[in-house]
Amino acid sequence: MQTPETTQAALLESPAGSSQPVVRIFGVGNAGIAMLGTLALPEFAAAQFAVINTDAASFAASPATVKIHLDNKLLRGLGSGGDPERGRALAEEQFSTLKSACEGANVIFILAGLGGGAGSGISPVLAKAAREAGALVLAFVTLPFDCEGNRREAQAQQSLEQLKSAADGVICLPSQKVFKLIDENSTLLETFRVTGGFLIEGVRGVWHLLTRPGLIQVHFADLCALLRDRHAENAFAFVEASGAGRAREVVENILAHPLLDEGHALAESDAVLVSLTAGKDLTMAEINRVMDQVKRQCSHAQIIMGAAVDAAMKDKLCVTVIAARQNAAPTSVSARAETHTTGAGSGGIREVVMSRTPQRRKGIAKPIQEQLPLTIVSKGRFDKSEPTKHNGQDLDVPTFFRRGVPLN
Amino acid sequence: MFDDSNIIAGLEIGTSKICVVVGEQNPDGALNIIGIGQARSRGVRKGEIINPEQVEEDLRAAMFEAEQMADVEIRSVYLGVSGGHVRGFNNRGVHPVVSADREISQDDVEDVVKNAKAINLPADNTVIHAVRQHFFVDGQDGVTNPVGMLGARLEVDMHVIHGHANRLQNVVRLVRATSLEVDDVVFNGIATSLALLSNEQKELGALVIDIGGGTTEFVVYSNGVIRHSGVLAVGGDHVSNDLAFGLKVPLSRAEKLKIEYGAALVNDAVKGQTISITNELGLELKRLNHEHLQKIMSLRLEEIFQLIAHELESAGLTDYLRAGVFLCGGGSRVPGIVKLAENVFQMNVAPGHAAAISGLTAALEQPEFAAAIGLVKYGSLKQNRKRTQRPFYKGLIGRLLQRS
Repeated sequence: MQTPETTQAALLESPAGSSQPVVRIFGVGNAGIAMLGTLALPEFAAAQFAVINTDAASFAASPATVKIHLDNKLLRGLGSGGDPERGRALAEEQFSTLKSACEGANVIFILAGLGGGAGSGISPVLAKAAREAGALVLAFVTLPFDCEGNRREAQAQQSLEQLKSAADGVICLPSQKVFKLIDENSTLLETFRVTGGFLIEGVRGVWHLLTRPGLIQVHFADLCALLRDRHAENAFAFVEASGAGRAREVVENILAHPLLDEGHALAESDAVLVSLTAGKDLTMAEINRVMDQVKRQCSHAQIIMGAAVDAAMKDKLCVTVIAARQNAAPTSVSARAETHTTGAGSGGIREVVMSRTPQRRKGIAKPIQEQLPLTIVSKGRFDKSEPTKHNGQDLDVPTFFRRGVPLN
Repeated sequence: MFDDSNIIAGLEIGTSKICVVVGEQNPDGALNIIGIGQARSRGVRKGEIINPEQVEEDLRAAMFEAEQMADVEIRSVYLGVSGGHVRGFNNRGVHPVVSADREISQDDVEDVVKNAKAINLPADNTVIHAVRQHFFVDGQDGVTNPVGMLGARLEVDMHVIHGHANRLQNVVRLVRATSLEVDDVVFNGIATSLALLSNEQKELGALVIDIGGGTTEFVVYSNGVIRHSGVLAVGGDHVSNDLAFGLKVPLSRAEKLKIEYGAALVNDAVKGQTISITNELGLELKRLNHEHLQKIMSLRLEEIFQLIAHELESAGLTDYLRAGVFLCGGGSRVPGIVKLAENVFQMNVAPGHAAAISGLTAALEQPEFAAAIGLVKYGSLKQNRKRTQRPFYKGLIGRLLQRS
């Protein structure tokens, strides 16, 4: 069995390696660069690293090969001062630089901590540039802690909205949720490491999916199909367990995971990606047990699954779950989760593998209930009158609103 | 009942105003407008009645004004109807000529027309108009009157305009409750085109768009016959509502802003300009972006035209409009609307004038009165026909009266 190192080397050298997507990882802002630093592991050797910041000093320790320093006369190298508008203006000013930095990549990961100036301001612009350069864009971002204040929270939320519309997928980790995972005595540094660590696990999960030859391979095209143009917010979880009852333990941990809202995120998702990695002793029954439970939780979702064997894992089983949801409708969650009870057995796994064919997807996607739009537009004086429908559009809603014409 | 009367009144119950036009017909058939009355309409939305009591009150006010001005008593009216439920489409009827000599008789014509009217309407809909376009005799196209011709197979193309029976009946009942008789119910779009278009223009091909308060009607004529018609339940009210939403001002304020500052195209001169709203003491309450105001209006009006253009395109009529597009209704007062319509339709656009009638020029010049004037003209044409022909169809009103 191949070790990760040899796998990567083989990928780089062999002609088949050219079919591997080119992955470029951008760290944006101080938090993003710090997170990128922790990614400098041998298993990510095939990825290209780049950092972007408004503050040149933060680049020094970074292992990245490409370092883009955004600055102009006004900032005098002092950084964006926590103002995302400045970061955004700078990034838009140097849009062509960002775009050329994204050329040639198939997948671009953006790591950033939202709430400050550089991460919140630059990330959405970078995502836009990357999309224009033809790459699939996945953003891994953290939201600030509640104690960091309202302003940062608002800036982060605004940036998150912009990112959602600019990137193909956003994997978002509200730092506040991490409180449930750390104990009272954790130091600040530890806490940030934990938060960053979660995002790194997310990156690693997707990375494994893309690069590891698996028992059940997830192709780049599958990931694109799942994420492209969904502009979804993703919840994710990474759990690992070892020993005899590891499959059961993993499932229990997923369903109790705070980042997945104790499993509710699965129930309201419309696409779920599951990646399993284990040592040589991974059995089909274990995959079956995990997938059956996941499938039971998210009966309506399209499921993409990958399984890989890694000798270095010994007897550990790691599962990464990424659940994409377009519009969260928390009220309907519990009802939906209860309706589904299917028999176990070998049929389960076959269905999951089959789920990668389009016909099957349709079948699964069918019973999804329509969700109410989050923003409710007042129709003013036409609120109570019969709606004027034309080709599915409600003509009573202002035209400029329907067409998304900005007024600013 | 009042066929000998030479007074003809047209009544339009619109979303923004109720309008009565009184015409007098000379013995030789010429029509003269002698009075108008109007009142603000408060009980109508999107062309349909939502508060009958208020409509009745406004209707009495408008009638009183018209009667005063014309110095006559109005006993019956031609009633204009509209609303999002009104639709028009083309249908063909077929009838085999069975007589031994194969000569087409008047009965054959009536039969084929009946066949063309027997269409698959939704259960609660009723036909408002069924207008003959032309006949085909054994496949020969463009026959206007087949009586006396020889043939085995008679076909007719008809334009059928239909609407929701109960909603149409609501209006009729309301008018009758004010002790007025309803001579006939007429689709507003047809009335408007009667007022605006000359026979030559109908022959050349023309599109009439009546942008009202709550609805926009459009009618297409070509080769002298009506080819297409329809109603969009979108009008000036929607423009005001968009402004209220987009500029965050109350609806009444939006209405005023629309009239004072509105335009159908964004004017270069207003870019970056602001409008300040003051209270009654002259203190500034709010500043609004003038460009946004015009942009919101422009998008809405452009969309209305685009929807119509799209519909005509799918009906394949765009190339038949050689006389161009004629605008009327309150919406045609918006500055720049002609230019906007030219941009969308890519053809000649003109504001319409009720030209073919004599009388009060003040009334004839107003684009809002086109429909009501057209109703009077419809009435006069109908009464002329009654005098010369046997009254062979009773129209919708007879059926509605029977039902009520």
